[in-house]
Amino acid sequence: MEHLVQDGKFDHHGYLNMELLRFTTAGSVDDGKSTLIGRLLYDSKSIFQDQLEQIEQTSKNRGEEYVNLALLTDGLRSEREQGITIDVAYRYFSTPKRKFIIADTPGHIQYTRNMVTGASTANLAIILVDARNGVVEQTYRHSFIASLLQIPHVVICINKMDLVDFSQEKYEEVVEQFRHFASKLDVQDVRFIPISALLGDNVVDRSKNMPWYEGPTLMYTLETVHIGSDHNLIDCRFPVQYVVRPMSNEYHDYRGYAGRVAGGVLKPGDEVMHLPSGITTKIAEIKSLDGDLEEAYPPQSVTLILEDDVDISRGDMLVRENNAPKTGQDIDIMLCWMDDKKSLQLNGKYAIKHTTRDARCVVKEILYKVDVNTLHRIQDVDSLALNEIGRVKIRTTVPLFYDEYRRNRNTGSIIIIDEATNTTVGAGMIIE
Amino acid sequence: MSYSLTHLRELEAESIYVMREVAAQFQKPALLFSGGKDSIVMVYLARKAFWPAKIPFPLVHIDTGHNFPETMEYRDWLVKEMGATLIVGSVEDSINRGTAVEERGLNASRNALQTVTLLETIESNKFDACMGGARRDEEKARAKERFFSHRDEFGQWDPKNQRPELWNLFNGRKHIGEHFRVFPISNWTEMDVWQYIYQENIPLPRLYFAHDREVIERDGAFISTHPEWVKLRPNETAKTMHVRFRTCGDLPITGAIESDADTVEKIIYEVATTRVTERGNRADDKRSETSMEDRKKAGYF
Repeated sequence: MEHLVQDGKFDHHGYLNMELLRFTTAGSVDDGKSTLIGRLLYDSKSIFQDQLEQIEQTSKNRGEEYVNLALLTDGLRSEREQGITIDVAYRYFSTPKRKFIIADTPGHIQYTRNMVTGASTANLAIILVDARNGVVEQTYRHSFIASLLQIPHVVICINKMDLVDFSQEKYEEVVEQFRHFASKLDVQDVRFIPISALLGDNVVDRSKNMPWYEGPTLMYTLETVHIGSDHNLIDCRFPVQYVVRPMSNEYHDYRGYAGRVAGGVLKPGDEVMHLPSGITTKIAEIKSLDGDLEEAYPPQSVTLILEDDVDISRGDMLVRENNAPKTGQDIDIMLCWMDDKKSLQLNGKYAIKHTTRDARCVVKEILYKVDVNTLHRIQDVDSLALNEIGRVKIRTTVPLFYDEYRRNRNTGSIIIIDEATNTTVGAGMIIE
Repeated sequence: MSYSLTHLRELEAESIYVMREVAAQFQKPALLFSGGKDSIVMVYLARKAFWPAKIPFPLVHIDTGHNFPETMEYRDWLVKEMGATLIVGSVEDSINRGTAVEERGLNASRNALQTVTLLETIESNKFDACMGGARRDEEKARAKERFFSHRDEFGQWDPKNQRPELWNLFNGRKHIGEHFRVFPISNWTEMDVWQYIYQENIPLPRLYFAHDREVIERDGAFISTHPEWVKLRPNETAKTMHVRFRTCGDLPITGAIESDADTVEKIIYEVATTRVTERGNRADDKRSETSMEDRKKAGYF
């Protein structure tokens, strides 16, 4: 935060006008992922004195030679004991340009579900590749997840450049390997940066050891990557979350439809169609405590007042008549299975959540599963075990109003819940 | 035309969304109100989420009986200002009933006893979701907490068995007797909270602003003196200092810092230049490296 202080004054204007970037880091301890995060926090001065003293002490107690920046990202006791990260941990830091939320996830195959979870809300993914080993199985897996979850921006950090003599040849070899493989993926924006997380080269400060690299540092990339178009601003989608009824004399007939804009831009006067009824009406006002709004767009939480009295409740959706989502009960999804106790059962029945809608579904068909290391399709399967990803046909008890996941992450995502344990057991991305 | 939100507006939108999910998914939610700045911000967010309707759940205060008088005064003002309902769970009552036992010894506090009273209050009011103002940046164990955090019938948190939380689809399904803790401002940092207070012009208890106070130095923190709760020990002397509090916990265990910051702007400047985390002054977190994790497993906030 010191960076926002100048001449004894805090730069409020700067702080109040920052954007938020959510990114995910996938990698194992060996890739130097924790060291990289520690480096970002340390070099951006986001670590407090007492935190630093605490990890210095712990490093010393363990007999480690240098301050282990990786300790900053270790959360729970069992993880500290085992020296591994087993869950998704969220970290925060900011620079004068942006505020960042890191979803820090472990990289081993048994934590695929954690990576999927971290990726689900991210604008950007950092994928670490050890320069000595080049593109390996784990790189395929992480890239596939980034592509599957449609993270808009992917940054491949080729790490440990200090251990390959900062060799440009080595770097280009890895870039070439990755490009070859990435042609099979659905990622829009991929960038490559040679770094040394341990020494700090090209993380925050430009490397003096790699004059041949003319691109931006990792931090500069995080600060400047354009995230303004990451939301769908074309297709109007307003899932009704809650009906606000004040029941007071002052607001006697007030009915406000509260929700988070899931796509498009809404304005007062716009004609909207209500689903499931198909009735059209107009947006009269967009309400907020701070005054009426002239427009609303994702990811704003707003309250709409409509011109006509339509019977609307939670789980319904407001859209445009000439640009409606698909409506249906037979849906194809890519499903990541997350339950360690029971596998996905063919013909099994589950509860689901989609936008603000609750329903149930039955699994009609498992078309194939994907080997996440090679991207090969495996046919003739009748279940999905923990961490397995496959294409599945479901039939829902009520129609859903949905878009393809790659068109809209908000209206294209589903979670699957075990009705006996109430646990979230699957993450689904709608294909069609 | 650029359709992007500032990070504070995006965090606000996220918190409002979470609160509306709670109101929609649960039968009897409540907002845990400590009197601290985080829970104050929560109340202001709740007002925005449901305006022009009143906040559709009660504020619940777990009263240790060791609060700063300024906290109580502010609490009562805020409840009136919002037209909200207040429910108080009293640690004193739990002690009198014998369900909680007062700690003894030099560093005795009522902090741990709050858990007993909190769980009793949840049970007697049949709350099925309690919203708290905890943030993930506060403490290591909280970095992995979910927005919707499932608790078993004993109110326990099982960090190894947390539900995956994807996109903004929150799973609040539960069995009878279980409940949820929900943390709408999970993604806010201390600085975000202060900036939001500044941006929204939210009034705070006077404790947060620099003032003269009689304190004693104990374990590196300045503790407010009190005729009953904080008595001088041998070799301790009280002195009057210009201080403020960064958090508002119980009087006997919340350390003040020396400060001249008597406005929100000055506080923000101070927060921006400080090099110690805000919980660094709380004696309850210093008991062991995992003290927060241990308390959370038992059902703490």
